[in-house]
Amino acid sequence: MAKAAIDAGCRFYAGYPITPSSEIAADMSHLLPRVGGVFIQMEDEIASMGAVIGASLAGLKAMTATSGPGFSLKLENIGFACMAEVPCVIVNVMRGGPSTGLPTLPSQGDVMQARWGTHGDHSIIALAPSNLTETYWETVRAFNLAEEYRAPVILLLDEILGHMSERVELPDPSELEIFNRVAPQVPPEAYLPYATSGSHVPPMANFFTGYRYHVTGLTHDLTGFPTEDPEITEALMRRLDAKITDNLNGIIKYEETHLEDADIAIVAYGSVARSARVAVEQAREEGMKVGVFRPVTLWPFPGKQVAHLASHVKGLLVPEMNLGQIVGEVERVAGSTPVVPLNQANGQPIPPSGILTALRYMERK
Amino acid sequence: MPNPELLLASKHSEPMASGHSLCAGCAAGVIVRQVIMSVEDPVVVANATGCLEVCTGVYPVTSWNVSWIHNAFANVAATLSGVESAYRALRKRGEIPAREIKFVAFGGDGGTYDIGLQSLSGVMERGHDLVYVCYDNGAYMNTGVQRSSATPLGANTSTSPAGNLTSGKAELRKDMTAIAEAHGIPYVAQSSPGYYMDLMHKARRAFQTKGPAFLNVLSPCPLGWASEPTDSLVLARLAVDTCMWPLFEIAKGQFSLTYLPLEKKPVVEWLKLQGRFRHLFQSDHQNLIDQIQSGVDQNWQKILERAGSAVPSFAGPADSDRWGY
Repeated sequence: MAKAAIDAGCRFYAGYPITPSSEIAADMSHLLPRVGGVFIQMEDEIASMGAVIGASLAGLKAMTATSGPGFSLKLENIGFACMAEVPCVIVNVMRGGPSTGLPTLPSQGDVMQARWGTHGDHSIIALAPSNLTETYWETVRAFNLAEEYRAPVILLLDEILGHMSERVELPDPSELEIFNRVAPQVPPEAYLPYATSGSHVPPMANFFTGYRYHVTGLTHDLTGFPTEDPEITEALMRRLDAKITDNLNGIIKYEETHLEDADIAIVAYGSVARSARVAVEQAREEGMKVGVFRPVTLWPFPGKQVAHLASHVKGLLVPEMNLGQIVGEVERVAGSTPVVPLNQANGQPIPPSGILTALRYMERK
Repeated sequence: MPNPELLLASKHSEPMASGHSLCAGCAAGVIVRQVIMSVEDPVVVANATGCLEVCTGVYPVTSWNVSWIHNAFANVAATLSGVESAYRALRKRGEIPAREIKFVAFGGDGGTYDIGLQSLSGVMERGHDLVYVCYDNGAYMNTGVQRSSATPLGANTSTSPAGNLTSGKAELRKDMTAIAEAHGIPYVAQSSPGYYMDLMHKARRAFQTKGPAFLNVLSPCPLGWASEPTDSLVLARLAVDTCMWPLFEIAKGQFSLTYLPLEKKPVVEWLKLQGRFRHLFQSDHQNLIDQIQSGVDQNWQKILERAGSAVPSFAGPADSDRWGY
């Protein structure tokens, strides 16, 4: 992940030690100085997120990494990044919660927190890779999406991915497609920092480039200055939402395995999808027609794709390492197709055998 | 006349039992026992997230024979201030027996100097009647030895690595004891488990103080300092004897140096026993060693000037009795 971030152009890391994400900080503290980047260990999680926002406004691609308790502390600043439209990447290596919970054990308990953790209406992008090669690619994509949409992008890993070793094939960094924030095309005196044309994303002037503007978490007009004007406020809120929801095709990514002839589809993400794939192989040996739909983009949720899938299968199984979070999104779009949750929140991975048992149960019904 | 602290400790029930999973040579457990055994009254302990918390309450057992709360990393002082306030209110209303109970918070340097500083500052400003003990091992040992603002200059940690481009931590440590003092609280002290009577005496005074008391206690850590477990108390003493970690107290604004080394040793004697400073001796880092020494010297000079004529004398049996040297 650290290598991917640097390959994607990340030159600033501010963080705070927290298991199971500290390894990312340690790697960044070694790697960033070699590319002229900045690593700062901050005094707490709130400060880490604040520094990331400051560095991004200044012009560096910036990230932080944390886990549950730290993610909770960062959320106010993540909301600021949504409101002020500051590109940045936040890694949350999920562990069991709430509170200190299970520091060294995996969980998928922060999925809804990633979506709605910061207060107020907002759209958010969250990505959930399920192996280390994909973690590399999704990290690169996270930086690209952050820059393209001027938004915080959350990478949801879990302790299994955070601490695992596996073979990876990494590309030559020079071959990566890298997206950089769009700079204003007008002279400083004509610059309206939150004015858009053509897209919902305003061009972004970095500090030190001669463009002066007002950055605030308050509701603001095109100049960036605070306003409570209902029309301007409504327009801002709609645009912030639309820049994500009108670009679903550019953001949503998913993987389908054995779904062509499937009667039952498993919707699984992150490390649970690894178990799901093994369970599908075993179920197919038993003659069951099952497949896996794996959202890589968790937020915005690929609801249209899951709705389409639901209309072609007899049932949907949603295994999660939590008490049922994404399953609510699946139920919302599944229509009359039965949705079966399979939940475990005890810090243990969901084994393929557990998923297989659930599949047999669904097959019998 | 028997020493009051030792007499009390000899009769005290065990506040924190053995069987915990702190590393061999970890000073945190020693500090906790010495602090709690210096007071007769029952204590309520609050523990910030950290090594001490993780290692003393592993399911299904606990080392604690006293009431104990763990909240989050940032808020041990705030949590204990809630308990202390509620205790006072309940006692005032006669809903609990009018019995003296002491409140003590233990936090590492991460939970004290860094993420917990705001919470601690609030407690000191509001004047809660509690004792805050920082066991300062100079880094985030529980999460894998990341630097903290208590990490000394030049120390190698996983986020202030020593290598070709960097030489360990580039910044000076934060003077947390001075920050506590600046709050104007009635009792602030710096101590070391290497001089156990100093620590127990200060803990006793802290508990006797009405209002907030802050103890900053150096806590050698074989894991993070890359030192021999058997050297922990040696290091705890050497830190004092090199004047890197002076022992003093500020009681109601009155500064007292509580220990004057007979011979001020060079700081390299403390550095060389610790692997986290190994790189300073391997490559051309004499300038960094000189910088560390001159930082220690300047600080020590200030301390001596502050102590003025109140510098303790070693010849006096009264002093050695009092402090147990």
